[in-house]
Amino acid sequence: MLDYFTAEMLARAQFAFTVAFHIIFPAFTIGLASYLAVLEALWLKTGDDNYLVTFKYWVKIFAVTFGMGVVSGLVMSYQFGTNWAVFSDKAGPVIGPLLGYEVLSAFFLEAGFLGIMLFGMQRVGRKLHFAATLMVAFGTLFSAFWILSVNSWMQTPAGYAINEAGQYVAADWWAVVFNPSFPYRLVHMVLAAYLTTAFVVGGVGAWHLLKDRDNRPARIMFSMALWMAAIVAPIQILAGDMHGLNTLEHQPQKVAAMEGHYETEKGVPFILFGIPNDAEERMDYAIKIPYATSLILTHELDGEVKGLKDWPRSERPPVGIVFYAFRIMVGLGLLMAGLGLWGLWARARGKLYDSPLLKKAAVVMGPAGFIAVLAGWVVTEVGRQPYTIYGLLRTADSISPLGAPAVATSLAVFAIVYFTVFGTGVVYILRLMRLTPGATTEGPQAGQPALPAGTTPVAAYLETTRDKPAE
Amino acid sequence: MDMLDLPLIWAFLIATAILIYVILDGFDLGIGILFPFLRRDKDRDLAMNTVAPVWDGNETWLILGGGGLFATFPLAYAVLMPALYAPVIAMLMGLIFRGVAFEFRWRSENHRGHWDFAFTAGSIVAAFCQGIALGAFVQGIEVSGRAYAGGWWDWLTPFSLLTGIALVIGYALLGATWLVMKTDGPLRAQAARFAGITGIGTVLFIVIISLATLSLDPRFMDAWLSTPAIYYTAPVPLAVAGATFWLWRSLRGGTDIEPFLAAITLFILSFIGLGISLFPNIVPLEITIWDAAAPDESLGFLMVGTVVLLPIILAYTAYAYWIFRGKVKSSEGYH
Repeated sequence: MLDYFTAEMLARAQFAFTVAFHIIFPAFTIGLASYLAVLEALWLKTGDDNYLVTFKYWVKIFAVTFGMGVVSGLVMSYQFGTNWAVFSDKAGPVIGPLLGYEVLSAFFLEAGFLGIMLFGMQRVGRKLHFAATLMVAFGTLFSAFWILSVNSWMQTPAGYAINEAGQYVAADWWAVVFNPSFPYRLVHMVLAAYLTTAFVVGGVGAWHLLKDRDNRPARIMFSMALWMAAIVAPIQILAGDMHGLNTLEHQPQKVAAMEGHYETEKGVPFILFGIPNDAEERMDYAIKIPYATSLILTHELDGEVKGLKDWPRSERPPVGIVFYAFRIMVGLGLLMAGLGLWGLWARARGKLYDSPLLKKAAVVMGPAGFIAVLAGWVVTEVGRQPYTIYGLLRTADSISPLGAPAVATSLAVFAIVYFTVFGTGVVYILRLMRLTPGATTEGPQAGQPALPAGTTPVAAYLETTRDKPAE
Repeated sequence: MDMLDLPLIWAFLIATAILIYVILDGFDLGIGILFPFLRRDKDRDLAMNTVAPVWDGNETWLILGGGGLFATFPLAYAVLMPALYAPVIAMLMGLIFRGVAFEFRWRSENHRGHWDFAFTAGSIVAAFCQGIALGAFVQGIEVSGRAYAGGWWDWLTPFSLLTGIALVIGYALLGATWLVMKTDGPLRAQAARFAGITGIGTVLFIVIISLATLSLDPRFMDAWLSTPAIYYTAPVPLAVAGATFWLWRSLRGGTDIEPFLAAITLFILSFIGLGISLFPNIVPLEITIWDAAAPDESLGFLMVGTVVLLPIILAYTAYAYWIFRGKVKSSEGYH
């Protein structure tokens, strides 16, 4: 067991831990930034202050989440070097410039306009403020573009050559950026971020509607979220399927692990659930749907699908984690689509706000997006093992010349700090979500100072914007 | 682009990004360092509101420094990060605590004291670790092949502790002069006193560290004192003396923006001094800019976008500062 705690395993654990924590925040802020832009646009267009109240409600949650995203992302930008020095040296010439573009085109844009978005309403007026909100939203999407290009290149490297120093260098930047898995992964992740946000917003709206079914901002949240679920969740299932087919083409052993198939066969069933027995190379207690895997992957009932035994063990990813995580992701995706349909049906009958059961289901499904996103990343990242750059550079050959105790110490520090800081942050976010939207509009009158800041959130902000009549 | 010395241009750009980071995040870290001395809660809220709209733009320059180094000098990045492992990780932890404190302190009345402490402690740890990393970097990194070859504790020396303390004091000076510029009344007066004290400390440390650097290695001595180098290097210490005088005079009566500009000038001059000592190495005394550079295809690819994007970034960053210009009043802030 002690052998398990090598510097490599610890460095992997550390990266997995920090990146898993990190991804939660951008997965939420990518969607939330776009949502805020839509809310502000609706406010400007209709003049309905309920949209502004909803905007103010979520902008505070956005600020807390974004702050945590920035600092946890900062860690990532240095962790390549601290823990994966050999990888950094070899892959730096290819993926470094892509990360450079992420900083230049995305991070600065977000950070530069975030201040105006949060603090600038009184200073720049409505239209410029809306422009700032849009810039923040674009920034989050540009960021997704570049970081997913980097990740996809590590999954499906293309457009590269190897120089005399043993580094990967770009031969064709277009091929590097738009590597084979990138378009699929980008679409899949951005949709995932939108769905994640929709379910959080919907869950919060539903929770407040359970207490007061006439709360207008809560109705806005609930209704918009269920539209998103109804439209985006089915598209996401389609996008996920296409992403899976792309993976089958480029990383067949990952798909074999996702499916949990050891044998290469025709007419392969889909294993609904089972317990992978890697030592014996078989699936125990499997519940199967006949022909389903062949149908999904080859679009033929008796299509042949490769099993894990086609590759030596040293080329296979860990099966259990990938197998289970894939089922969690797909299961949640189907539940999300189901809730979307339910909402659609309730809406068609004109009873969207009437069913307590629908609202309760939306509350329960509130965090579903986060779990699905994490599970999805586990599938794709663990499924890439034993490589950091698929087929080119092994994980074992990527690490820094560090001793296990050094990595173990920093891992322990990361764990304590992350759980303390981000755990507290999540508590604060939940507290913000507990505030009834619009409830504080009876706050202080215009002209009264808003200090101490933090005690009169929405009211003070609303008053200051009301000072300027709509154009 | 074949005619251009891309590695040299990139070294200059990365150095500039780091300098911009040091100045910009320097003043907001400095406010964290001075925080416990400010009256609660009014002056603390005010001080924090002066930097709240800009701090994460400031910190983005650090991401550019790290990301840019990774992109353009991957070998240096791969050697330096393991070499500076402990201070870099500790710095990141410090930045996490002080970064989240900006939002968290408003979220809970009961915990505000805790987050104020986290803001200060995080700022001090981040500044101190950056100083230690700087010192460890200047005194040289042991390299073998394409990897760091030293021990876990190489970064910890009397010299690096000295640079660590120096940076904490220097950032406090930037923070104090920033508050002089951005606030009024008792807070401004208090900040001016801090600026005087930390100004003396900063200049003192500049002198001590300069002399200590010269004694680290004969090559540093050569870079500064050999003829004809000395004709080019001599203006730097003279300019430091001039900037010190400017700082002293502006604190005793001048416009409120001048002390901040004088403090920035001290930082720029120190940075130029650092450049004189280290050039042309990017891993001091071991690896040169050209040895560590990524191939020209990578440098050129990123250069194309940088030429377009960097001026735009500078423009909207300046715009954001312009929007929040002038003295900050207590009623502002979205919380």
